[in-house]
Amino acid sequence: MNQKFPKGEIKSIQGRSFTIKGDDIDTDRIIPARFLKCVSFSALGEQVFADDRKELKGNHPFDLDHNKGANILIVNDNFGCGSSREHAPQALMRWGIRLIIGESFAEIFFGNCLALGIPCLTASKEEIVKLQNLVEKDNNQIWEFNLKNLSISNQKETVKLILDEGPYNMLYSGKWDATSQLLDEEEKINKTFNNLPYLNNFKKEL
Amino acid sequence: MSSRTLYDKVWNFHQVKELSGGSTQLFIGLHLIHEVTSPQAFSALNEKKLGVKFPNLTVATVDHIVPTSNQQRPFSDPLAEEMLATLEKNCKAHGIKFHGIGSNSQGVVHVMAPELGLTQPGMTVACGDSHTSTHGAFGAIAFGIGTSQVRDVLASQSLAMNKLKVRRIWVEGELQKGVYAKDLILHIIRLLGVKGGVGFAYEFAGPAIEKLSMEGRMTICNMAIEGGARCGYINPDETTFEYIKGKEHAPKGKEWDKAISWWKSLASDSKATFDDEIQLDGSSIEPTVTWGITPGQGISIKETIPNPELLPKNEQQIAKDACKYMNLKPDEPIEGQSIDVCFIGSCTNGRLSDLQEASKIVKGNTVAAGIRAFVVPGSQKVAKEAKEKGLDKIFLKAGFEWREPGCSMCLAMNPDKLEGRQISASSSNRNFKGRQGSANGRTLLMSPAMVAAAAINGKVTDVRKFLQK
Ligand code: SF4
Repeated sequence: MNQKFPKGEIKSIQGRSFTIKGDDIDTDRIIPARFLKCVSFSALGEQVFADDRKELKGNHPFDLDHNKGANILIVNDNFGCGSSREHAPQALMRWGIRLIIGESFAEIFFGNCLALGIPCLTASKEEIVKLQNLVEKDNNQIWEFNLKNLSISNQKETVKLILDEGPYNMLYSGKWDATSQLLDEEEKINKTFNNLPYLNNFKKEL
Repeated sequence: MSSRTLYDKVWNFHQVKELSGGSTQLFIGLHLIHEVTSPQAFSALNEKKLGVKFPNLTVATVDHIVPTSNQQRPFSDPLAEEMLATLEKNCKAHGIKFHGIGSNSQGVVHVMAPELGLTQPGMTVACGDSHTSTHGAFGAIAFGIGTSQVRDVLASQSLAMNKLKVRRIWVEGELQKGVYAKDLILHIIRLLGVKGGVGFAYEFAGPAIEKLSMEGRMTICNMAIEGGARCGYINPDETTFEYIKGKEHAPKGKEWDKAISWWKSLASDSKATFDDEIQLDGSSIEPTVTWGITPGQGISIKETIPNPELLPKNEQQIAKDACKYMNLKPDEPIEGQSIDVCFIGSCTNGRLSDLQEASKIVKGNTVAAGIRAFVVPGSQKVAKEAKEKGLDKIFLKAGFEWREPGCSMCLAMNPDKLEGRQISASSSNRNFKGRQGSANGRTLLMSPAMVAAAAINGKVTDVRKFLQK
């Protein structure tokens, strides 16, 4: 949990991997609402999947000893749906997750992960099931994710992954932290402001 | 002849720049903030030594953590108090207008902003809350964002966004008596699935939509996100203008006429091209209730719990999980399922007309023995207007509790929670596992009138039976 958070260009990620199975895993499950009562994200790593873990009494993937230190998570369909809480990717990141691969992601969750420098990549259902099986066969194997090739590999087997061009470029160039890029455009922002009828007493002719 | 959608037009007005990497820098006309998703954004600003670019375009309120029984400061929960105090401090430091407890304008952020006339057609609206889609009811592009993006909007009044595709959902006919906007949207999510809208904005249109009040339209757009669509919208029309007219922040005098002509020009062109279109018949929809653990698991009150084995393959596993979690058996009717708690409120259904419809069912009846039922108005304005109409008395007399405004048991960040395996009939928007404050609590989503009927009978009930009486 004391690894460094993502920074700059993200072109490859190496590490051990594990799976969380199931479709439509919502952000209320990833981090239950009671843990949102905080003014800082710092404690969230401990609380990831709190209720699911309690129910499984130590047998949840996030509790199993052999998953400690793993940084790649393989999930199924529509992962991260529901609430927009960035607390969900924050909790995953602070636990140690640096890359998520699944059949599909909810849009806000995907964007929140990208803003933290955590790539979310997809593959077909068949490929994900294959990857999950491979991962579960041996918890100790090291997986290598390569952004340029859009693939993840354990030396023997390689699974092709999908990522849109926009997020790809942001990760590749290290510009996934949008703030500075947005601030560069001061003049254009002001121009847009001045052209919006509702911010200018509807004076502007169309 | 132009063939653009409202989404295209509003997007174009707000485009600042094409960013390297293919996304667009989009200007945000109205930024709403609350206590849960903003504190870390302000901390990040301070760390980066950045200010708030347009403090006038951000508006704050407090809703998620407020207690609804006693709102005396300091709150008895020190964490809740700390969150509110932090928001107050941040707003003060950056010159942001804050609608706090006792301001007469506090409320669930998606209820209070439209009420004040802050939400208007043609705007881009962003808020660190997924139900920001609500504001699309006015013909705005409105969507939820995460905390890093809240930081970006504060710093630059803009966001890096990718343009969505647009699916038009055309609803023919007219909703039947006892069928409400909530039933319609639950039905749509059932049809298209909880991720059917990923990558899309939903345009809701057609005769059944046009006949809805603004409050009904807000219910529809509010739950677009439950169908995976980050924003949903409805073209502005006379109903929209009528609602906005005279509100605190509405354009006045000469500006009003100019505003109307601009707003009218924004509606999707009659020849607009959509990336996808679907049609359905509103008059055939029945009162709808969710039985499972996603908002897509809805059925009409006349149906039975689906047999997972008979569902499409990709829905089977989640349906099995849902049956187990909810402790409901396939082929049992949903009507008559007993319940423990009834909750009327939230940004989906905590507005005046919601309370009015529910009060019609409650009037002259009594809450069934053993049922805990409570009403949480969506805002201080809703509470005031409801009291003026005597609705609080109707609910109290029937055995409901009448609370102060807030999010309350929609997500249970305040003391209002389910306990243990309790099952609720709820007018809110999410039936996820553990959503209402107990890790194994259960939620049945339905319209506020249906919740009222369930409270009286102590079990899931077809509200139309009350309306016939
Ligand atoms: S009422 Fe519920 S859904 Fe709406 S903002 Fe509050 S917690 Fe979120």
